[in-house]
Amino acid sequence: MAIRVQPAPFDPGAEVNAMHAANVGVGAVVSFVGYVRDFNDGHDVAGMFLEHYPGMTEKALAKIAVEAEQRWPLLKLEVLHRIGALEPGEPIVFVAAASAHRQAAFDACAFVMDYLKTRAPFWKKENTPQGPRWVDGRSSDHDAALRWK
Amino acid sequence: MSINVLFFARYGETIGLDSLEMEGDFATVDAVRQALVGDPGFDVLNETSLMCARNQEMCSVDEPLEAGDEVAFFPPVTGG
Repeated sequence: MAIRVQPAPFDPGAEVNAMHAANVGVGAVVSFVGYVRDFNDGHDVAGMFLEHYPGMTEKALAKIAVEAEQRWPLLKLEVLHRIGALEPGEPIVFVAAASAHRQAAFDACAFVMDYLKTRAPFWKKENTPQGPRWVDGRSSDHDAALRWK
Repeated sequence: MSINVLFFARYGETIGLDSLEMEGDFATVDAVRQALVGDPGFDVLNETSLMCARNQEMCSVDEPLEAGDEVAFFPPVTGG
């Protein structure tokens, strides 16, 4: 498993290709890419800043990844999250799961995203025409995580 | 005992501090919170949606503490 928390941009296509490059036993790769939107909750968004809890962020993501590896037969799992300043259209998060067959990869990818949304210490601050604004947590994210109990 | 307390995102901004060192007898994370909210500058820690961590692991406010622990308070997370 690979956990990366970085300010630098990344190329989701290259990340997907790397998921099966070294392993011909991989029959399925399911990936999720989250992007910064230019509109949220009725506000135009010109960019955002991603704050995190250094140290805990990596531990929390690793804990989620370990749990996914225990629940599904994965050959590879990658979680990549940006921090710092981001612009609309930029990828912010990448999760990919590789397995022999598709169902494990589909489920593991969704599980990691649902848990990341409620358990990884990141906070978004959006730049709007009215000034900077912290994004509020969504109860729908909490509900999504509960389906894996 | 000494506890290192951290504040993140909107809490850090509202309180005007990223961290502080506290001395005293704190049985739980909530004891630290209670000691802080006596000062109006820490009112934000009364929010019902408050989240907390002990030594970089999410926990409930009832989590017991030991000397030297790191305690963090923050609003609901919004990554992804």
